[in-house]
Amino acid sequence: MSNSLITVAYIAASALFILSLGGLSKQETARRGNFLGILGMLIAFGATVASAQVTGYGVLVSTLLPGLAIGALLAARVAMTSMPQLVGILNSFGGLASVLVGFGSFLQAEAALTGVEATIHDIEIYVGVFIGTVTFTGSVVACGKLQGIVSSKPIALPGRHFVNLGMLVAIAVLLFPYMQGGETALTYLGISCAIAAVLGVNLVIAIGGADMPVVISMLNSYSGWAAAAAGFMLSNDLLIVTGALVGSSGAILSYFMCKAMNRSFINVMAGGFGEGASGPAAEITGTATPTNIEETVELLDNAQNVIIVPGYGMAVAQAQHPVSDITKILRKRGKQVRFGIHPVAGRLPGHMNVLLAEANVPYDIVLEMDEINDDFPETDVVLVIGANDTVNSSALDDPNSAIAGMPVMEVWKSDSVIVLKRSLSSGYAGVDNPLFYKDNTMMLFGDAKQNTTAILAKLSESATPSKVLTTA
Amino acid sequence: MTIAVERDTGSNNAVPNARKKIGIPKEIYPGECRVAATPTTVKVLQKQGFEVLIEQSAGETANFSDRAYENVNCQILPNAAALWEQADIILKVRPPQPEEVDRLPEKKTIISFIWPAQNGELLDKLAERQATVLAMDAIPRISRAQKLDALSSMANIAGYRAVIEAANQFGRFFTGQITAAGKVPPAKVMIIGAGVAGLAAIGAARSLGAVVRAFDTRPAVKEQVQSLGAEFLELEFAEDGTGSGGYAKTMSKEFIAAEMALFAQQAKDVDIIITTALIPGKKAPLLITQEMVDNMKPGSVVVDLAAEQGGNCEVTRPNEIYQHNGVTIIGLTDLPSRMAAQSSQLYGTNLCHLLKDMGGAEDYKVNLEDEVIRGALVLKEGEVTWPPPQKPAPVNTQKAPTTPAPQPAKVAEDKKPSKMVWVWLGLAGLTLLGIGLGAPASFLSHFMVFVLSCFVGWQVIWNVTPALHTPLMSVTNAISGIVILGGMLQISGSLTSATTILGAMAIVVATINIAGGFLVSQRMLNMFQK
Repeated sequence: MSNSLITVAYIAASALFILSLGGLSKQETARRGNFLGILGMLIAFGATVASAQVTGYGVLVSTLLPGLAIGALLAARVAMTSMPQLVGILNSFGGLASVLVGFGSFLQAEAALTGVEATIHDIEIYVGVFIGTVTFTGSVVACGKLQGIVSSKPIALPGRHFVNLGMLVAIAVLLFPYMQGGETALTYLGISCAIAAVLGVNLVIAIGGADMPVVISMLNSYSGWAAAAAGFMLSNDLLIVTGALVGSSGAILSYFMCKAMNRSFINVMAGGFGEGASGPAAEITGTATPTNIEETVELLDNAQNVIIVPGYGMAVAQAQHPVSDITKILRKRGKQVRFGIHPVAGRLPGHMNVLLAEANVPYDIVLEMDEINDDFPETDVVLVIGANDTVNSSALDDPNSAIAGMPVMEVWKSDSVIVLKRSLSSGYAGVDNPLFYKDNTMMLFGDAKQNTTAILAKLSESATPSKVLTTA
Repeated sequence: MTIAVERDTGSNNAVPNARKKIGIPKEIYPGECRVAATPTTVKVLQKQGFEVLIEQSAGETANFSDRAYENVNCQILPNAAALWEQADIILKVRPPQPEEVDRLPEKKTIISFIWPAQNGELLDKLAERQATVLAMDAIPRISRAQKLDALSSMANIAGYRAVIEAANQFGRFFTGQITAAGKVPPAKVMIIGAGVAGLAAIGAARSLGAVVRAFDTRPAVKEQVQSLGAEFLELEFAEDGTGSGGYAKTMSKEFIAAEMALFAQQAKDVDIIITTALIPGKKAPLLITQEMVDNMKPGSVVVDLAAEQGGNCEVTRPNEIYQHNGVTIIGLTDLPSRMAAQSSQLYGTNLCHLLKDMGGAEDYKVNLEDEVIRGALVLKEGEVTWPPPQKPAPVNTQKAPTTPAPQPAKVAEDKKPSKMVWVWLGLAGLTLLGIGLGAPASFLSHFMVFVLSCFVGWQVIWNVTPALHTPLMSVTNAISGIVILGGMLQISGSLTSATTILGAMAIVVATINIAGGFLVSQRMLNMFQK
């Protein structure tokens, strides 16, 4: 295949990738978007296979097939609640591939390049390996945290900011001996790679579980930049375009997440939450009102307008299916039931939406915070399932709270709130939640799944009062 | 008939200069507090050209003093006899009582509630007096006549008052509350019959905070019930109970059995039952049996708005409030009279509208061509004209109450560019300048592609709905597996070279990334359904 044809194929693939991302912006076109992405990938792959530069078909096939098999298996097996981990681990593979390509590219001497071009090529490899490594180790740690292998609490080493900064400086300094070339260059590349690996771990380990949406999307962004760097070193425009697309999309997602928490990107990345508060947070007084299944069902039975606000707790307890069934019963009884999703609910951007979709909740009743926040005053009952910081009223009321200014779901404006939660303990942000002590809030303690299942049983038991079977 | 009309107008115009006089007597029916005209409606009548006479202290029980009537230039007459003698048209609330009929001079016009079906004797007596009588209860229930429909305005008040009376007897809050002293469940109210009274009761009970359920045999009212925030109880039974004139018709046996089963079940659950079921010209249907009442929780309340027509509840005693096994049964028949000021005002306004439709004082006539007047007219100068000739029931033209969903106006965020923007632009410019000075042309072309792609990505992603963030991430993940191309370009050397091995490894992991990413996205996207 001629070079021109390959270039044209790459252009087509780039266009398809852009269309793919564009298609994903709406539910109606999302599936087509995914398909276009696959198509673009196939075209790019086919054109590269057909190019004169690729001749090692044996190696290609023998590596491609296991990769495909593992990927397909992962995709088919993963539980929807484990989606954040999967995205994390796939990310790490993306980063790892970039690192490997970087090393390979370094070892594959390009005699044609001289002078400035050779220098730039070397820098590109260095940068590519650096980003790829940080992505790889960072994603592995993030995945470990999400899976529960690594503690999801922020693990902050003393003076970690200086350690991180020191490592960055070291990597920058190592660039100079590396650039001298010769036998030792590979060693320096290796050392810098090792430092970058530690840096990746250290960066992510200091960030707590609830900030994972930002971390995941940031790492996603990095894997894109790593691919773009690989494109520069291989002079491959398709890699550059794709990497840049992925990189910027991840960056925007991180930005969305940060905005939803009213925190700056730097603040999230610096990890160790709660340092920004400027004074003692207001003491919360009062007692929480516990409730039981019967009362909850009664309240739901009498309500016309119900909003369910799920959080990470629902995902952990895998309660989405009973929640979905409760929704169905209530809707069948003519009540208006909707879901309100905070942008950072869960551990992955859009996590709750995916879980609810899995449980067959129609997506048009699943609304964003901005769409539903004004409706709480007209709502009879709000069910908060495993959410805490995203419904914390102190974010609005208490300027000294660690989460002051963060937009939250204003559930307390409804007639009554039922919070399904294990205990009164504070959420990830370590901030007590005044919501639990409000007069119109009742606490339904216990495991979210057990409780929702019990509510469901009770609800279906209290056969619709409005229906009577006739013998006629 | 037409001849009769002309003769009538002729006789009325015999004294052209005398203004038509309207007389408002004091109601003598025991306990009746209403009055047929209030100072406000008197003014309207005068504007129509009538002169209004009123019996002394006629409005007192409805809190309208004689002075208030005097202030609107009403002539106060000291006794009923003088009033009946002087007035041309008598406006009343209750049907004329025997002693009133006795003092009635000949050839007068009376407008009031008559209930001609039940009061045949009264009709005969009035006919003897050559009276012309319009029955407010016989006004056809068509759209045009709504403003004269006194039954509706009284039913509205009765429905509201029924809830108030129930609340008065009921020992708990209507609204559910969560207080420091514990949780208070909301009262549950069942309303049978969703006519004007039923709907008014629903509205009143809802606004007190109760959980309201309503039943009606006419499926068409479901929307009206729901629009007021009540639950519409339905039978799994297809029979349309829509009769004529906005009333329900009598239902089949099977339907009634199913209906009774529903009521029996509801009686155990609800705290308050308000029945408003009436079938015109018949005894009110029995809906709540003694057994159902026995099954109600102690402290519950039953309000029977049909008490006067025999009652919807088996144990109702008309005009009485009493305890039946701990359940309070309210059989009051004078609910509108208990809100005399309000009902007098509404009833008086209905009368004003009727008189205006009849032409006011100037062109006053009883027009038999007018469907509304013809319907209400029960006596025409002693000639019984009731019941009016049957007309086919009008097609149900009731419009569903539409509540347009308010479109929240999206306010575009108006962000003002801060000074920081310029700093960043400057920095970016300097960086570009540096690159331009140092980098070779081949790099720059790649660089341009890179920068443009960043912007494209930025623009494309900005519109993604948050619900799709996860699929988006897994797709971008898969796409970032494009780095596989790098691996592919490196495997063509000797099989044992480090580059080939690294390239092969890169292909493996990148393939996992691609395959896993696309497939899992597809899996997720398939789950999203409307």
